[in-house]
Amino acid sequence: MRQVYSILVNNHAGVLSHVAGLFTRRGYNIESIAAGPTEDATITRIVIVAIGEENELDQIAKQLRKLYDVREVEQISYNQAVTRELVLATIEAPINKRSEVIQLANAFGAQVINMTDDTVTLEASGNDHKVRTLLKAFEGYGISQMARTGMISLPYDGMPEDWEPIA
Amino acid sequence: MELNGSQIMIEELKAAGIEMAFGIPGGAIMPFYDELLKADFPHILTRHEQGAAHMADGYARVSGKVAIVVTTSGPGATNLITGLANAQMDSVPLIAVTGQVATNMIGTDAFQEADVYGCSIPVTKFNWLIKDVNEIQHVTREAIRMATTGRPGPVLLDFPKDIQITKAEYTPRESAGSPLPAPRQYPELDMEGIDKLIEAIERAERPVIIGGAGIIKSGASEELAKFAKAAGIPVINTLLGLGGFPGTDELFLGMPGMHGTAYANFALCECDLLINLGARFDDRVTGKVSSFCPNATIAHVDIDDAEIDKRVHTHIPILGNVRDVLITLNERLTPGDYDEWRQTWTDWKANYPLQYDWDGSIKPQYVIDQIQEITEGNGIYVTGVGQHQMWAAQFIRFNEPKTWVTSGGLGTMGFGLPAAIGAKFARPEKDVWLIDGDGSFAMTLVELATAATYNVPVKVAILNNAYLGMVRQWQELFFEKRYSHSHYPENPDFGTIAEGYGVKGINITDVNEVRNSLETAAEHDGPVVLNFLVNKEENVWPMVPAGAGNDEMQLAPPSREAKS
Repeated sequence: MRQVYSILVNNHAGVLSHVAGLFTRRGYNIESIAAGPTEDATITRIVIVAIGEENELDQIAKQLRKLYDVREVEQISYNQAVTRELVLATIEAPINKRSEVIQLANAFGAQVINMTDDTVTLEASGNDHKVRTLLKAFEGYGISQMARTGMISLPYDGMPEDWEPIA
Repeated sequence: MELNGSQIMIEELKAAGIEMAFGIPGGAIMPFYDELLKADFPHILTRHEQGAAHMADGYARVSGKVAIVVTTSGPGATNLITGLANAQMDSVPLIAVTGQVATNMIGTDAFQEADVYGCSIPVTKFNWLIKDVNEIQHVTREAIRMATTGRPGPVLLDFPKDIQITKAEYTPRESAGSPLPAPRQYPELDMEGIDKLIEAIERAERPVIIGGAGIIKSGASEELAKFAKAAGIPVINTLLGLGGFPGTDELFLGMPGMHGTAYANFALCECDLLINLGARFDDRVTGKVSSFCPNATIAHVDIDDAEIDKRVHTHIPILGNVRDVLITLNERLTPGDYDEWRQTWTDWKANYPLQYDWDGSIKPQYVIDQIQEITEGNGIYVTGVGQHQMWAAQFIRFNEPKTWVTSGGLGTMGFGLPAAIGAKFARPEKDVWLIDGDGSFAMTLVELATAATYNVPVKVAILNNAYLGMVRQWQELFFEKRYSHSHYPENPDFGTIAEGYGVKGINITDVNEVRNSLETAAEHDGPVVLNFLVNKEENVWPMVPAGAGNDEMQLAPPSREAKS
């Protein structure tokens, strides 16, 4: 199973070491990690996507909550939060494939940010599903370089209290 | 008033009631040591930083109070790591203050620089690299709070040399304005969980209590005794829970797991309700999890949410302080009727007692039995790690909590001597006996110098079999007697070594001298080392092989079973 954790931590040197170190020493698997400032300068949001058995995923949240600088840990389901990831990818696109590649990029709402004789570099963002689909679509052309930010996430505001997510 | 960084930290430590320090000075901590001269709590100069950490550990386990451990930067601080890891695993509070190179030198590979903040992350509950004199007051308070509240643990403050001498305005006993959050509160008593547990107790036919370190740490021994006796439920104590329930009580079933009593393991296998009070289901207790308490409803009371459901699935989880939960349970409990079950475990106790053979050699269990006899269970008992530790856990019958000091989770050989010294500082009126192995003892025996210097009258009984005995036992049983590097045929003469340190040392080779030598040691006004040359091939029984279930326990050597 995969689980998204949205973790609010004190913006203090060493916090990331504590969080990352917890995953290493307890043998938890991180798929992605993204950290950045929030609306409050003293607080940083770290979003981690982890893979594990159901019991282990709950353990991760409990262990995170024990860290001194961790203020809040939310285990996020896709229904309850918006998740986004930014991808930069250089696609192999010789002249005869170039327009095809750009057309495909347009279909995903991706932007062309660089172009050479043989390649097109794209910038795209989306949720987990969109990013996977997009990368799969370009796989056939060849992806020579790629950088991903890892997932970031915010809970939906104004979710009614009695709202039941679809499992 | 204006104080320097060292003075501010010492003021805060004093205000928090710190009464004891252990450590060794060095370059990067000298300004702090200079101020320590004026602190009104004693400092014990040890011979190794690991020894200092174990002394603070032993001190805390016996007194319930926190000591500070002071070292210099680099090697002084890295020598602490084992001591911190040991305290972390067994949830023991201590405060380490380590010198660090000056802030403008950090990261330059300066002389005696090490990333002690980074090194200590996985082995502390809280750690901090102090970069500003103005944060000392707050951070020291937070360190003390973190060490002593909730599930206790070790903390480390890395203290750069320049910050130690930087001056700042200091206002004592006033809450320092802080950007950090208020302490997280533990939740209200879980009444729903307690209700479920009471129902389960009423429904149960074969209930068992397992009491862990949480009993000792929360001061719940009396409540536990009241609860067990009123309900008529037998009590098992984990290695770190020993002393939490009287060892001589008829309801006491001893220790569970790998080297537990047969009757404790039988009870775990047969019970229909397991009430876990502050134990963390360590793998040495559970054996193979799939065959642990196979027929039981499992209730688990713990102050650490992360321990609940970590290894064993819990049906009735109760998050909270064990003592608070027991007080409520005692108010609401109606006595059960478990007569049939009582007959069953009483028969087990009679039919499968702990035992050992006589063959004219000094049996290690006999030495421990004799220590038990002359102290009547009223001493403080400290151990290293290995066979001797398991025998001590089996054969000492503790009368009260906080009289048993042993390295459980980390299994730190060499823990014994420094921990015993720390324990004696905490309870000078008590007889402190260290039951040690020759392998464990040799790892930190340099602290005999500390015992001699400060005249700390600890009584050391080395059960010397010239082997790493537990390794030897496993090699005999699981590696077809290939004794790879577990033998010390040229063991030093520990009696003479003790004398060299100015400590009374006696070598004992004859079983008839055992009792006399123990009495001599007990009466001697100072530290003593008794070096018992014991039977070299004695093994610890019963035993649950690593990875096996508690139902696969071997009661005695396979050869003996074959004969009977």
